[in-house]
Amino acid sequence: MLEKTYDAVVIGGGAAGMAAALAVREGGHSVAIVDREAYFGGILMQCIHNGFGIHEFGEDLTGPEFAERFISRVLGAGIDIYLDTTVMDITGDEASHVVTACGKDYGVLRLECRAVVLAMGCRERNRGNVAIAGTRPAGVFTAGLAQRLMNLEGYLPGRRVVVIGSGDIGLIMARRLTLVGAQVLAVVEILPYPSGLARNISQCLKDFSIPLYLSHVVSKITGKDRVDGVEVTPLVEGNPDYTKSFRLSCDTVLLSVGLIPENELSRKAGVPLNDDTGGPRIDANLMSASPGIFACGNVLHVHDLVDYAAEEARRCGEAVGRFLSGVSAKQFPLTAGANVRSVVPNFYAPDRENVLYIRSFIVKNDAILSLQIGGSEIKKRKLAHIQPSEMIRLRLQPADFPALRDGRDNLMEVAIR
Amino acid sequence: MKPIFDVAIIGAGVTGAAIARRLSSFKLSVALFERRTDVSFGVSKANSGIIHAGFHHNPSTLKARLEVQGNSLFDRLKAELGFPFRRVGILVVAFSPEELKTVEALYEIGSANRVPQLEIVGRERILSLEPKLNGDAVGGLWAPTGGIVEPYRLVFALVENAQANGVSLFTDWSLAAARRADDRWLLVSETGETHEARRVVNAAGLYADEVSGFFDAEEFHIIPRKGEEFLLDKNAAGFPSHVIFPVPARNSKGVLVIPTVEGTMMVGPTAVEIEEKDDTGTTTENLDRVFSLAARMVPGISKRDIITSFAGLRPTLPGDDFFIDLSRKAPGLVQVAGIQSPGLTAAPAIAEYVKELLQKDGLELTEKPDFVPTVGHSSKVVEMNFAELDELARRERAFAHIVCRCESVSEAEVVEAIHKGHITLDGIKFYTRAGMGRCQGGFCTYRLLSIIARETGMPVDQITKRGKGSTLVVGRIGDAGRDMEDGSNTLGRAGFAPSGRKRSGSGD
Ligand SMILES: Cc1cc2nc3c(=O)[nH]c(=O)nc-3n(C[C@H](O)[C@H](O)[C@H](O)COP(=O)(O)OP(=O)(O)OC[C@H]3O[C@@H](n4cnc5c(N)ncnc54)[C@H](O)[C@@H]3O)c2cc1C
Ligand SMILES: Cc1cc2nc3c(=O)[nH]c(=O)nc-3n(C[C@H](O)[C@H](O)[C@H](O)COP(=O)(O)OP(=O)(O)OC[C@H]3O[C@@H](n4cnc5c(N)ncnc54)[C@H](O)[C@@H]3O)c2cc1C
Repeated sequence: MLEKTYDAVVIGGGAAGMAAALAVREGGHSVAIVDREAYFGGILMQCIHNGFGIHEFGEDLTGPEFAERFISRVLGAGIDIYLDTTVMDITGDEASHVVTACGKDYGVLRLECRAVVLAMGCRERNRGNVAIAGTRPAGVFTAGLAQRLMNLEGYLPGRRVVVIGSGDIGLIMARRLTLVGAQVLAVVEILPYPSGLARNISQCLKDFSIPLYLSHVVSKITGKDRVDGVEVTPLVEGNPDYTKSFRLSCDTVLLSVGLIPENELSRKAGVPLNDDTGGPRIDANLMSASPGIFACGNVLHVHDLVDYAAEEARRCGEAVGRFLSGVSAKQFPLTAGANVRSVVPNFYAPDRENVLYIRSFIVKNDAILSLQIGGSEIKKRKLAHIQPSEMIRLRLQPADFPALRDGRDNLMEVAIR
Repeated sequence: MKPIFDVAIIGAGVTGAAIARRLSSFKLSVALFERRTDVSFGVSKANSGIIHAGFHHNPSTLKARLEVQGNSLFDRLKAELGFPFRRVGILVVAFSPEELKTVEALYEIGSANRVPQLEIVGRERILSLEPKLNGDAVGGLWAPTGGIVEPYRLVFALVENAQANGVSLFTDWSLAAARRADDRWLLVSETGETHEARRVVNAAGLYADEVSGFFDAEEFHIIPRKGEEFLLDKNAAGFPSHVIFPVPARNSKGVLVIPTVEGTMMVGPTAVEIEEKDDTGTTTENLDRVFSLAARMVPGISKRDIITSFAGLRPTLPGDDFFIDLSRKAPGLVQVAGIQSPGLTAAPAIAEYVKELLQKDGLELTEKPDFVPTVGHSSKVVEMNFAELDELARRERAFAHIVCRCESVSEAEVVEAIHKGHITLDGIKFYTRAGMGRCQGGFCTYRLLSIIARETGMPVDQITKRGKGSTLVVGRIGDAGRDMEDGSNTLGRAGFAPSGRKRSGSGD
């Protein structure tokens, strides 16, 4: 068994893991990254479309290009790297953690460290999660799997395709399939509004005349060995109206019905999770309720922009550095109020800069985002348009906070009106 | 010249597999024919996986007798073959005094069937046996001999052991006709291949009626009775420690809550008679119904934990009993038909019974001195601690390469499955559990495709989910573009674009 000791171990070498590790390293601490794939970059490597890096680099890059900028820095930073290596277990206590992994090159690997950064990304929700009736033939893929098969392995998953769900991956894949000559018959979305980014609706569907059926469900998948069609049913006042069902014959169904932060390891390690996001509950330092275990990127909450995932991870890495150096700051709880589905983190530190990532429950024009402490509003911001699929990011400086009295809970509530 | 088999078994479900394995202990040449690409791809892959105790069926039926006997054979079978099996016990829960009366009737049936350790329990005891139960329970029946099994792993182990003891397995081999020639049967496959056998066992599950027809034997009609089941994630709330039954309705045992050996949970099945033998679709209405019935017994269960659903078809005969006998019309044919629930439980006893029937028909049975009743143990990452894994990985690196993250399956395990003949994604899934967990193959599928391609030399676009017609990808990128070049633009094509191989409508 290979045994090593580091100040910090980062699990996952996607955008978040790399950005976090770089920040830890820049703070002068030793750090290792473990990833189960043979390469860095995570999900970015199969996202060969553009739209990455606009905030981070002020450029419009593809996923692999974005990743490459981090990879070259990681390789030169004196960070230990374990690729093709899957983390199986996190154990330990406040003082020290043990990350156990295994990989072809090492057998079992035991990494002892003072801080762990969770950066495992997320996985896709699948057919079972949305309980679609019908048969179980070949040809039903999650959109990300289809994307991987196409963009990394070079295979065509099918020729006549129906996409279920209007998440970003599904939209990107609708365009991608069309570009290689497959026919995308429909994108079917249960909600009355699309769940992907507005720019993707326009660039991936409208530009290619791919029909988007809002307030519709795929009520059944048919086909014995391979998919031969789907039944599509409109929702009338929220309920499927089967008298208006119609059939589309296709050989492939792609599911783009959401992502789930990949927290099996965290759960096993006893890290408390946040039901609103599926990620760990974290404090203002992006540290979970298990001391020394931090989280960032998609494992913490699903990001739509890699730029924000990377930014969050950098801040996480800096916080790990402060933790390792024993620097602390006072913090108070933060919670989601009216019309807010989730807010990350779950604490704020009034003496530092805080970045809040907020998802709304509602679709609205001219909304107001309001922050209140103990009933009085400390800050508000006008938002031209909000919808659940577009994350709201808010930066708070120490100057934004009133003098807070110790001994109070000083709960801050984020609400939308 | 091809050998003449002493016995040919049609159908490699649990029934055929158990028979093959039983016969492999004698000096006989035995062949097992299966129309699907892998064994256990029929009814035997989609069921509740319960080894029943034996208190549901009237003592006058054949199936009641074989059920209780079959149950008693499982400890030894597990010791020999090592498939996942645990005697977790079965609880029947009553919610009213009337239901308690039915429980008493079940107790009577069970006692008449000589089910060991059967016990009527009161409210307090049933709630302490199963704290997850709805507190409104008033009492019930406790059958500690009931158990759970992974059905396909049972079949794989039986077949593997049978093969090790000389049985020839033919997959993708569908019987289409049988002709009598002298003292034997000429068996003809769908593709015209032939084999000869002196005796034949019809263990064709849903298609036993069709197979009987090939021999001009008894006329009967198998009616499929569909059962939908829902599989819930590990760590799901409400995970019970025993199999939970309601008090049965007339035609079925009702909707059950079932812990699986692997730590997931199942709720189901429904019971609806249908027409089509390949109609394994599931419906939304049944999902709602099954969950409300199950939640009445175990309130903690939630639809949110569903990872997948499936349907299985019970091959039933009018009268609802098994039909196992020497054919009165076709010489040398043993009928093993109507093997609906509890077919899984009864399988080892059915094998014994069929062996006796063959003997009665004049088949000479001499024990093989070199019969090996056990199969080799396969190492699995989930069953190891890290020290053991490290030790093993030193010798075989592929054990340290995790292919399926949800179920912690290593590359070495997948390669073993492939080398044992499981070359479809479903076959590998049933053998190793890769792809069976919460992400349902979202992560491991591409890894499996490349390992199958590497180990078998098959091009990726020929790899299937479960045999003929179920290919995963339709070609390499650029193929669709090629269509456009030769003028048949996929974009303008109205119908389904075939991928060059036969797409079977039904029948295989
Ligand atoms: C299809 C798609 C399109 C997108 N389009 C855009 C876009 O146009 N613009 C944009 O800005 N953003 C886009 N995004 C979002 C952005 O790509 C992600 O938010 C970001 O890349 C997430 O980074 P991450 O590091 O958190 O996760 P990931 O990239 O998923 O990295 C997680 C890493 O952890 C590893 N890992 C997980 N578990 C283990 C374990 N147990 N042991 C070892 N390693 C493990 C994985 O192998 C993986 O490499 C898109 C995302 C997708 C999926
Ligand atoms: C929903 C459900 C739940 C159940 N739960 C339980 C339970 O909990 N406990 C229990 O004991 N039992 C249970 N059962 C019953 C049990 O699953 C069956 O009794 C058992 O699997 C039947 O096995 P078999 O080998 O007879 O049939 P099968 O498994 O169907 O095997 C027959 C095989 O014959 C092959 N075949 C057919 N025609 C041909 C041909 N012409 N040529 C070659 N091969 C052919 C088929 O492909 C198939 O593989 C359940 C059944 C269902 C449907």
